[in-house]
Amino acid sequence: MNSRIGFVAFNTFREAVRDRVLYNLIAFALMLSGAAILVGEISIDIERLVVVNLGLTAVSLFGVVIAIFIGIGLVSKEIDKRTLYTVLSRPVRRWEFVVGKFFGLTGTLVVNTFFMALGVFLALLYVAHRFQNMDFWVLVALYFIVLQFFIVCALALFFSTFSTPLMSAVFTFALFVIGSLAEDLRGFARVTQGVAGWIATGIAYVVPNFSALNIIGAVAHGDPVAGRLILYSTIYALLYSTIAISGAVLIFQHRNLK
Amino acid sequence: MTAGRRVNLVATVVLSFSLAGAMAILHRIDHMRRLTEAQEALYIRSPNVLRRMSLGYTGLLADIYWTRAVQYFGEQHYSGTGDFRLLAPLLEVTTELDPRLFPAYEFGANFLSPKPPSGAGLPGAALSLLKYGVEHNPNQWRLYYNLGFVYYTEFKDYAKAADAFAQGAKLPVTNEYMSILAARMAQHAGEFDTARMLWRITYENTKDARIRQNAVEHLLALQVDEQVTQLDEVVQRYREKIGRFPASLGDLERAGFIRGTPTDPTGHPYKLMSDGRIEVQDPKAIYFITKGLPPGMSPPQPPHESPPDSKSTSK
Repeated sequence: MNSRIGFVAFNTFREAVRDRVLYNLIAFALMLSGAAILVGEISIDIERLVVVNLGLTAVSLFGVVIAIFIGIGLVSKEIDKRTLYTVLSRPVRRWEFVVGKFFGLTGTLVVNTFFMALGVFLALLYVAHRFQNMDFWVLVALYFIVLQFFIVCALALFFSTFSTPLMSAVFTFALFVIGSLAEDLRGFARVTQGVAGWIATGIAYVVPNFSALNIIGAVAHGDPVAGRLILYSTIYALLYSTIAISGAVLIFQHRNLK
Repeated sequence: MTAGRRVNLVATVVLSFSLAGAMAILHRIDHMRRLTEAQEALYIRSPNVLRRMSLGYTGLLADIYWTRAVQYFGEQHYSGTGDFRLLAPLLEVTTELDPRLFPAYEFGANFLSPKPPSGAGLPGAALSLLKYGVEHNPNQWRLYYNLGFVYYTEFKDYAKAADAFAQGAKLPVTNEYMSILAARMAQHAGEFDTARMLWRITYENTKDARIRQNAVEHLLALQVDEQVTQLDEVVQRYREKIGRFPASLGDLERAGFIRGTPTDPTGHPYKLMSDGRIEVQDPKAIYFITKGLPPGMSPPQPPHESPPDSKSTSK
């Protein structure tokens, strides 16, 4: 990786880890995993199911919240503090700054997810007393969640290059919700005919398909995940992140920073 | 070319290719996941849990489940597996989230009962769904109609069918044929006329293209079944009078038993077999017929639809 991108990424990661809000959210996610154990205790015969569902959902939602709240401030905070001018005069090119920020944020989330995943597996061990073969698919589900984070980070960064932090958060969260219902959006598109059908199909394909990356329900029931699905989902997440980052670079290149 | 322009060009090219690539790969993911969508949609089968999770937006969630039910039926029908196991739970969740989503009851009455590959072959599930609908919507004549329809067509339970039609007939807003149907059920009278009336009411009171098509096909099948029954009787009367089977339908006409050559709804004349049976020219051309078929042949079923899910729905 370009050393300047690495420099921006590392500093983004360091700044994010210092952020107290981040620590609070991790603690909260771990608390939720603890709550999963309690719910599991009172849910006869479905302890594992409840722990996997609740744990993975907590990892996903808290990760998304972290991605949005840090991602939206990545550019605006640097402008407000006037540190952006110092960075860009290093010289760090604008596109390197954007790409570095993206890697820094995703790196932060990967580390966070690692600790939250530890919490989930500890909870699983607590309720089942041993790991089972199907627990491997929980790991795959966590990988899919990380893929979701890549897209959310890229989107938050994209919006932060031209919008206020509040509006960036609204846009990113709205796209996350729409994307989580993308399969149903596709369903509505299929039963709509004519021009409206084409438009609906187009929208269904353009919005980020977070529901395709959500395999929590299947994994909670011990269903295996096809290798090809893992491959395609990885490619999709990387391509969609690239779209958002490319868009962010294009906008940031033309932005007047004076 | 300046460095800035080069970055713009590269970013634009990367963006375009990534967009095309993302759509192409999503299409593949979509194809892989389509078969498991409905199953995943039903990992949570409890409407109470779903109601809480919806944060009060139960109407929207019911609409989503209704769409999933129609999608599922279309996909399974198209695939030709004849496996509709999830149709009943999908419709149950839909109607429990929104008990006033009437198209779901109508859909259930028409496609839960018939045997595969036309339906799920679960008349009991259809009855449960309709009873739940009647319980929560006691003023909807269509629900009573569908209930009577299932009792009559699937269970041949005339008393319960008559009771359902009679209750529907008493409502302030009802269909004029409900009381006639109730009377016919009570008397077991005019099987063909009764069945014809039922399918006609179904046809006239639905906006769902799939249900309408199903009704048309059943009406055509009834026409064939009735004509073949009548021709069978005529052949028997000829045999009793002349002492042998007629050699052709022309013999029946010349002997004054029929006028002209009777044809099926596709316009083809019926065939008189050497053993006196009546058969249609092309047994696969008219779906659902139970008479006029070669010995041992099952009632023909409609082919799988193409493209999937392009016809419905009536919400």
